[in-house]
Amino acid sequence: MVGMRIIVCIKQVPDTDQMKFDKETYSLIRDGVPFVINPFDENALESALQIKEQHGGEVIVISMGVPQVAESLRHAIGMGADRAILLSDRRFALADTLATSYTLATAIKKIGDFDLVLFGKQSVDSDTGQVGPSVAELLDVPQITYAGKIEITDGKLIAERMLEGYSEIVESPMPAVISVVREINKPRHPSLKGVLKAKKAEIPIWTPDDIDADPDRIGKNGSATAVTGTFTPSLKGKNEILEGSPEEIAEMLFSKLREQNLI
Amino acid sequence: MNEKIDLSAYKGFWVFAEQRNGVLMNVALELLGAGRGLADTLGVPLSAVLLGSGTDEMTKQLIHFGADKVYVVDHPLLKQYQTNAYTKALVSVIEKYKPEILLFGATILGRDLAPRVATRLQIGLSADCVQLAIDEEKHLLEQTKPAFGGNVMATIVIPNHRPQMATIRPNVMKRLEPQTSRTGEIIKVDDVSLQADDLCTKIIDIVQETESAVNIQEAKIIVAGGFGLGKPENFGLLKELADLLGGAVGASRAAVDADWIPSYHLVGQTGKTVQPKLYIACGISGCIQHIVGMQSSETIIAINKDPKAPIFNIATYGIVGDVTEIVPALTKTFREKLGK
Repeated sequence: MVGMRIIVCIKQVPDTDQMKFDKETYSLIRDGVPFVINPFDENALESALQIKEQHGGEVIVISMGVPQVAESLRHAIGMGADRAILLSDRRFALADTLATSYTLATAIKKIGDFDLVLFGKQSVDSDTGQVGPSVAELLDVPQITYAGKIEITDGKLIAERMLEGYSEIVESPMPAVISVVREINKPRHPSLKGVLKAKKAEIPIWTPDDIDADPDRIGKNGSATAVTGTFTPSLKGKNEILEGSPEEIAEMLFSKLREQNLI
Repeated sequence: MNEKIDLSAYKGFWVFAEQRNGVLMNVALELLGAGRGLADTLGVPLSAVLLGSGTDEMTKQLIHFGADKVYVVDHPLLKQYQTNAYTKALVSVIEKYKPEILLFGATILGRDLAPRVATRLQIGLSADCVQLAIDEEKHLLEQTKPAFGGNVMATIVIPNHRPQMATIRPNVMKRLEPQTSRTGEIIKVDDVSLQADDLCTKIIDIVQETESAVNIQEAKIIVAGGFGLGKPENFGLLKELADLLGGAVGASRAAVDADWIPSYHLVGQTGKTVQPKLYIACGISGCIQHIVGMQSSETIIAINKDPKAPIFNIATYGIVGDVTEIVPALTKTFREKLGK
């Protein structure tokens, strides 16, 4: 193949911008919230598209989830991905990061040779950031996490990793797995041409049989972690409204903050 | 998974002692603080595992902060963190000494290393936990973490795999007062074979950010602004107040998206999670994106023109008014009172 093969793994998540609070319980109302591509994964796709524009090749987007995830994959094709594959089957359900990573890595091996696999740094609904490194381990390739810049020259990958208060410039051979931060780029909107292409695009659905997955390593069977309970912390504040002129308010606030040793 | 492992072969409560440039990270000491009581509940020793080069001082410090034992791999190739070398070294220590629990700080480094180690060992890992408990009878670590950006808390266990691993959010657990009289056992692990080939990736440069890039996650006081500031110049008012109080400036998505302020100031789901002692939200309406990133702040002051803004729901103190009038008044009064 001429150029690079870049695989982007995306996750469909609830659009948290659309989430509202329940006025009584101050908990999140999740019902009826639309689903979108995890924002960080859009950055990963944008990076992939930019690398393809520079070096040629193809961008393949994959995702594991319910059949409706095909909509997010179409959105990705609309943005410019060449093709998409959906991993969807009951047996994949209730996977933790270990089982999800196995499933994605197995699908990637099925796709064949690749130069890069891109992820967003984490999902906004479960926030683990574990699947990228885990897939890198299963594919036995280096990982560059939290990348804020990616450059490819002469088959070598140079990336800037964003750490706490500083960054690292890292050189890595390819193939490699990269996860990207939000700051790396601004994802493009789907083009009109892209949307038309996406509408007609065929998105193959792969089951565990299609990727010859070990049934003990997928879905609930393949998961090591178990959720034993959830609870909703109350967000309600003390809610004391201070009134008066700006100067009076400033005086009041000062004594309150002083009392609590805050300033 | 079907294969059963002998769970009873795994013993001891471990924490990963993250260091950078030969200095222990705060979170390593926090993990010892959290682990001390839990290890006592289980009746097992609390151990730290330290990878690096030139580790003697750090080893002592770990014992002063609560470790009974320190497992050390001291090797020139571990001086700087590199995923493959650290994974290889840590996996071989785990396989040799078989801890039942191993905690990491949920730092960039911890979040890079822990999943790679977990996957090599084919074990479970939970992320970004904020609360830990022990089921004494089953020797299970109950790991509580925020889900859906913090609005739902989920408790997770890892029943059939060892060690049980989790990353723990920094600035949540309390470290112990150091006791220089404490003694402990140091176990030097020197049969870990590492070659330069194990590194794979190479750090070619470190870029220190400029002074303006204050790490808002470390700040005790944050003055944050949103779209309600009206114009980017008004961030100057916030900076004045923040400087006076020794705090940092934060921002909402709307302000960052409008290019009023660089994104490293961003507080919220797609930015940074913060929990300062005092959070002053100026002209921030309080959409969920933002709230999940700052709701654990000890005291929250909300200043907004719109009395119906959701930010008031979570505020300790609310001020309905124009930010450009209120904030300068706060700065002026506080400056006088503080005698600065």
